[in-house]
Amino acid sequence: MQIYLPIAELPVNILLILVMGLAVGFISGMFGIGGGFLMTPLLIFVGITPAVAVASVASHVAASSFSGAISYWRRRALDPSLAAMLLIGGLLGTTAGVALFTLLRRLGQLDLTIALSYLILLGTVGGMMITESVRAIMRARRGRPAEVRRPGSHMWIHGLPLKMRFKTSKIYVSVIPIWTIGFLIGFIGAVMGIGGGFLLVPALIYLIRVPTGVVIGTSQVLTLITMGYATIIHAATNHLVDALLALILMIGGVIGAQFGARTGQKFSGEQLRLFLGLLVLAVGLRFAYDLVVQPPDLYTVRSVEGQK
Amino acid sequence: MTRLAAVALVAALALPAPALAERLVTTLSTSRVLIASNFTGAEVVLFGSVERDAQAVARRGGYDIVVTVSGPRETAVTFRKERVAGIWVNADSRTFVNAPSYLTVLANRKIEEIADNNTLRRTQTGLARTLLPQEISGDIADSIRDDPFRQAFLRLKVERGLYREQQNGVTFLTPALFRAAIPIPDNAPTGSYEVDVKLFADGALLSRTQTALEVVKVGFEQFVANAARDHGLLYGLATTLMALLTGWFASVVFRKD
Repeated sequence: MQIYLPIAELPVNILLILVMGLAVGFISGMFGIGGGFLMTPLLIFVGITPAVAVASVASHVAASSFSGAISYWRRRALDPSLAAMLLIGGLLGTTAGVALFTLLRRLGQLDLTIALSYLILLGTVGGMMITESVRAIMRARRGRPAEVRRPGSHMWIHGLPLKMRFKTSKIYVSVIPIWTIGFLIGFIGAVMGIGGGFLLVPALIYLIRVPTGVVIGTSQVLTLITMGYATIIHAATNHLVDALLALILMIGGVIGAQFGARTGQKFSGEQLRLFLGLLVLAVGLRFAYDLVVQPPDLYTVRSVEGQK
Repeated sequence: MTRLAAVALVAALALPAPALAERLVTTLSTSRVLIASNFTGAEVVLFGSVERDAQAVARRGGYDIVVTVSGPRETAVTFRKERVAGIWVNADSRTFVNAPSYLTVLANRKIEEIADNNTLRRTQTGLARTLLPQEISGDIADSIRDDPFRQAFLRLKVERGLYREQQNGVTFLTPALFRAAIPIPDNAPTGSYEVDVKLFADGALLSRTQTALEVVKVGFEQFVANAARDHGLLYGLATTLMALLTGWFASVVFRKD
């Protein structure tokens, strides 16, 4: 069943898009992430231009993180003051990210930037996650207790000024690294069309020492607001948000996420991190392949005004 | 399915030119191609007739028809990838100014056999002879025909189904009556399309007539596209609200506790 997308200006199979939404939603529910890093490449793969894909996925991520954030809020498993501090950086980062997106699109280097950022970011993060989780699984096999997460030694981050007390998270930490993390996540998210949950969660755990219990809920609040904001800014400046595409993705996404969350509970944290790491790395390698292997056609044509 | 409710017939008559003994009368099966949610491409049929008056001499070789349909003009950039530090990047580019976003050339036989190269070039008949001005450091000029960027531009447009040249695209039903099917692909840009019909005989251009058709989004598609273009901020707010509602709805439906 074909449906014509008004902004992407091409017909797509509605079932295919719905299944993509379900599959990505399943993964996002399982790992507690937005899933933008999978959705954007999939859309590009079915022929939607990277620019429209990035802009439309933002609203899809907002939908799935909102349903996640609500359920964490009911369980009081999020830290509102930490989320607010992250947001200050996040909104600034998103604004800067959309500005860079607009500039790169004008220069004709948007596709390359998206591909390179995916490669570098997903390659690094995927590799790190795999190493870390494999070590944890090996340790568990040998019967040794898991390494203590909070060593008494303070990192340099904890010596920074402007300290603030976060009651829910029970931490006393400088707001500078929190603003920086928020800024980077917002920036990367706007340029790459990802929510950044898979980056934010480890950053909060390892750098800020936020307790694992509140970290996913807090991260989803940030993702929700930065992605909602990114949708509005992308729509206002680049006019590339395809609401119809976004709606189909959202419906599949939120349903898939519920089943993913149930499946996720059957696995241990280390196993989940290993799966996610492999997934992230695989997407990164897919981009590497396109960049390194000689493309079958060296030429591309792009319209720059009037029609897209 | 994109066959249209309202079929408006447009007949464009060639201006009466006393020097010419033949004139063309053409009509389109529709002058508006409507893009709705179920749009997957369409076909517009052009019918035409060669009208001869009393002074018309017999044409030994018969008539030849070339139909050129060009979509809204746009500026397009052709990039060429080169390997830089191990990865393939867009290194070089050419900007084509005012190039047709869509271009279809239909003829009743091989275009090169219809007239000599000079005539074809002068009348811009055929994809290869269409002017595609490039912007080169501020100046605008058409490049030589075998310029690699120009060739790549034509090839990619053909691959996307937006450019097409068909040597059997025009069928003569009688020696003076012809029909041509103009394909409108699913990725056709919206806007006004010029339809230019040329009549050749014995290698000379005898007559020429123009008509137009329009490709427009209608209904929901039109509403969304207009909202996105004209009210970007509101449109973004609405999309975000839709996302929030979907997320909230899911959390209510699937609530476990």
